[in-house]
Amino acid sequence: MAANYDYDEAPATYDDANRQELGYDPNFVPDSVKSFVVHLYRHIREKNVYEIHQMYEISFQKLSDRLFKDTPWPSVDAVAHYVDNDQVFCLLYREMWFRHLYARLSPTLKQRIDSWDNYCSLFQVVLHRVVNMQLPNQWLWDMVDEFVYQFQSFCQYRAKMKNKTEQEIALLRQFDQAWNVYGVLNYLQAFVEKSNIIQILEQEKEGIEQFTATDGYDYSGGSNVLKVLGYFSMVGLLRVHCLLGDYQTGLKCLLPIDINQQGVYTSVIGSHITTIYHYGFASLMMRRYVKAIREFNKMLLYIYKTKQYHQKSPQYEQILKKNEQMYALLAICLSLCPQTKLVEETVNSQLREKYGEKMARMQRYDDEAFAIYDELFSYACPKFITPSAPSFEEPLVNYNQDAYRLQLKLFLYEVKQQQLLSGVRTFLKVYSTISLGKLANYMEVDEPTLRTILFSYKHKTHAVDSDGNIISNADVDFYIDDDMIHVVESKPVKRFGDYFLRQIVKLEGVINDMDRIRLE
Amino acid sequence: MVRERETPKQQQQVSYTVEQLVAVNPYNPDILPDLENYVNEQVSSQTYSLDANLCLLRLYQFEPERMSTQIVARILVKALMAMPAPDFSLCLFLIPERVQMEEQLKTLIVLSHYLETGRFRQFWDEAAKNRHIVEAVPGFEQAIQTYAIHVLSLTYQKIPRPVLAEAINIEGLSLDKFLEHQAANSGWILEKGHGRGQLIVLPRNEFNHPELKKIAADSVPLEHITRIFTILG
Repeated sequence: MAANYDYDEAPATYDDANRQELGYDPNFVPDSVKSFVVHLYRHIREKNVYEIHQMYEISFQKLSDRLFKDTPWPSVDAVAHYVDNDQVFCLLYREMWFRHLYARLSPTLKQRIDSWDNYCSLFQVVLHRVVNMQLPNQWLWDMVDEFVYQFQSFCQYRAKMKNKTEQEIALLRQFDQAWNVYGVLNYLQAFVEKSNIIQILEQEKEGIEQFTATDGYDYSGGSNVLKVLGYFSMVGLLRVHCLLGDYQTGLKCLLPIDINQQGVYTSVIGSHITTIYHYGFASLMMRRYVKAIREFNKMLLYIYKTKQYHQKSPQYEQILKKNEQMYALLAICLSLCPQTKLVEETVNSQLREKYGEKMARMQRYDDEAFAIYDELFSYACPKFITPSAPSFEEPLVNYNQDAYRLQLKLFLYEVKQQQLLSGVRTFLKVYSTISLGKLANYMEVDEPTLRTILFSYKHKTHAVDSDGNIISNADVDFYIDDDMIHVVESKPVKRFGDYFLRQIVKLEGVINDMDRIRLE
Repeated sequence: MVRERETPKQQQQVSYTVEQLVAVNPYNPDILPDLENYVNEQVSSQTYSLDANLCLLRLYQFEPERMSTQIVARILVKALMAMPAPDFSLCLFLIPERVQMEEQLKTLIVLSHYLETGRFRQFWDEAAKNRHIVEAVPGFEQAIQTYAIHVLSLTYQKIPRPVLAEAINIEGLSLDKFLEHQAANSGWILEKGHGRGQLIVLPRNEFNHPELKKIAADSVPLEHITRIFTILG
């Protein structure tokens, strides 16, 4: 049930919204829906996770396609009496109701605010009451994912102040707590803390706890809801911080999850992709190109091998979209840090097919190159947000592009700083030694300028990793002795040690054989 | 990169509390004044905390009316001092474009640009024209010199004296003293270059001595050697 990220935003006027509401009867409950909620309610009560998952993933989708293609599902009030007016079930139903609305239709401001209220009520229940449910990971992931998505959508909507009606502005002023950035972040943080998930993951490494082994499910009669929401909230926090442009903190929030191993984050394809996409993007912005390349490579290979299994799933479109975006990001990373040996053959051939020509042009670092960097970045980047509330005083403007423009500007600024490095690389590949004077001549710059270029090359190709260590990601390297440049090409290392060991043993064998021969 | 020095016990207690706040309750507008004080404390006691400063920049993002350009400038200077870590750009990502246009911050961005592109001479020239910004933060000069030496150490095995002098902005007798100190404590070796003055031999590392890197890659585990112990014996 991943939301479609590309649809139009809220209707421009209130009239459209009203017309939408009048277009169907919210209190009419078809039999199939009655049957759906009754069964789902029973399965949840009986903690039958498999059945819940089937209904959530498949039945809901089927009914939506058949009966609710462009109208909302029946209102929660209409179905409540079929499920004993169970408060928690109603909150869960409403959560699905709003998710469907966002995916198929355009939410009005009032609906956005109501959805926020519903999340608050639902989250309060999970955080402060003992919840005796087991829900499928897919659903729990979708909750967090959708929560962050609706926050992002609200910020985009709110930032388009120009055509807002008076009613909308009045509502925005009145309900200023709805989708407030503090609220969103604090709920995610609360899940992480209350679930104790960080300690659980730590203790799991020592063998005291079980979490990943059971995919987060609780087989001792308890509930998985708080724990798994806490777990997925770490990914949620990574995502929100990326939307704000705070890559360092985003990666920090993800730290307790080891992305070099399988985990609960890989149990749901949407969560797996979201995690790696944001991890890779944050690494790219922090100039940790090798890390980004490695992770994108792994993820793209995984998608290549497994996407056929998701063809029928509602997430398929999203999977494909993110796949394309990650190829674009990989193209960017490899243009800034040419390390093709890090990329697996299948991924490499796909990459060359999609972006081979563009990558060649990007490495020329002329105006055209910058246009391509701009294009790929804009296509693949997250939908950055301005988290602060608008000032209702000023002349009303649209500022929804501000955040994106800032990130793009700073990214291109970094690209520009690396502009001269490509030229140096070409020369270094051709010579084993060359004097500073000669190279300056060939590059048509004076010696002091050449020195700055070489310093810049060294600085930009030696990144600082998360532990503060220097890691070289230079494919071609050099050192200078007085005024002589010595080029060092990183060749695959011949393992002489192993070779000698083998030969020693072999020689010993030959000598032993010879000793046994008697000369007659 | 956190640079830590000895601080008086009282100050240590305050910073411990702020770090806790950032770890446990970072999305809280009430801690904004504490974080601002902490920036000033980092400046005066020559300590540094990227996480706390990012937390403050985020709060400024959430409530732009409460932003102080002065504090932002101080954060950026501290970030500059953390080079080669990319802290400066990490901070810029959180500062709105129109704020970055302000005079103080524009200057700092130019300074950062010079350092990122190895233009040390231009950096020191520009820094000299803006003493009020850089002198406001103790330890600035040394921090940049440390960064410059870091870049030189990645690049040079043997560096001519004038190149070193320009990079760290020290000349004449002061430079002689500096070199003596480095020779005594950091393993620098001073040589006579052929006719052209001094050559300074920088300490060996895997970046200016690639053979050091190769050795690390071709290591053989001990268990494999045990196979041939009988032969060697």
